[in-house]
Amino acid sequence: MEEKQRKMVFICSKGTLDMAYPALIMGWAALGNGIDVTLFFTFWGMDLINKHRVDRLELAPVANTSMKMSMMGVKTGNLGIPNILGVLPGMTAFASKIMRDTIADLDVPPVGEFMQMLVDAGAHMYGCKMSVDMMGLTKDDFIPGVEDIVTASEFIDMTEDAQIIFI
Amino acid sequence: MATKVLAGVTVEVNEEGFLVNPADWTKEIAAELAKEEGIAELTEAHWKVIDFSRQSAGTTGAAPTLRGITSGSGVSTKELFSLFPKGPAKKVAKIAGLGKPEGCV
Repeated sequence: MEEKQRKMVFICSKGTLDMAYPALIMGWAALGNGIDVTLFFTFWGMDLINKHRVDRLELAPVANTSMKMSMMGVKTGNLGIPNILGVLPGMTAFASKIMRDTIADLDVPPVGEFMQMLVDAGAHMYGCKMSVDMMGLTKDDFIPGVEDIVTASEFIDMTEDAQIIFI
Repeated sequence: MATKVLAGVTVEVNEEGFLVNPADWTKEIAAELAKEEGIAELTEAHWKVIDFSRQSAGTTGAAPTLRGITSGSGVSTKELFSLFPKGPAKKVAKIAGLGKPEGCV
C-alpha cells in the first residue's frame, strides 16, 4: 500500500522579525523530510511576501517581556528592557539589528533569502484575498514564488487533509 | 543493534536504516542505499553532495544541514531537492552513511 503523502500548512499572520521565523524554519524542516508544504500569508504576515518589506521586518522592545537587556549585550541577567527606554527613537531599529545579527551568526539566512529557499525547495505560497484588498496590494508587490491570491473559502478547500499550523 | 547486508558486506544499522558506523561506508553501499531511497543511479551531481557531506562530517562530527550543503558545496537548493527528491535531509545523510543532520536549517 502506498503511504499517504503528509501535508503541512503554515498560516503566517505576523509580520515581526521574530514571528517570521517559526514558519520558515519548520517549513524548511518539513520540506527536508519530504513533506508537502504550503504557506498562507494573511494580515501582518503579508509583510513576508511584500517585496518592499520582507527585508525590513523589525522587532520592537516595548512591552516585550521576553526581551532582556542581556540580549542587547548588557550583562544584567533577567532584567528586562524598561519600556521607557524602548520608546526612544531608534530602539526598534537597534533591537532589530541585534536580532538579525544573532540569527546570521547561526548561519540562518535573512527572511527574504529564506523565503526564496522555501520556494526553490518546492513550497507553495498564497496571499490572503481580504488582506490584499485591505492593504491595497497587487501581485506585483509580491516576491517571486507567490502562486496566487486566494479567498478564505478557497484556502479551506485547498487544505483538506493537511496539518494546519497558525502562527 | 540490527545488522544488514549491503553490497555484500554485513553492517550495523539503526531502526531507520542509517549506518551506525560511518567507517563501514563504501561507494557500493551508498549506491545500494540510494536505490532503497528511490534513486536508481548516483550521478556526478549526487556524488558532489555526498562527498561534501562526508568531508563536512569528517570535520564537524555531524552530517551537514541542507543549508550547510548548499552554502558549502555550491549545489543550489533547487538542484539539491531535485537530486534527492522527497526529503533530501534524511536521504543525503543516509546515503552518505552518516547520522541525521544536527541543526534546524
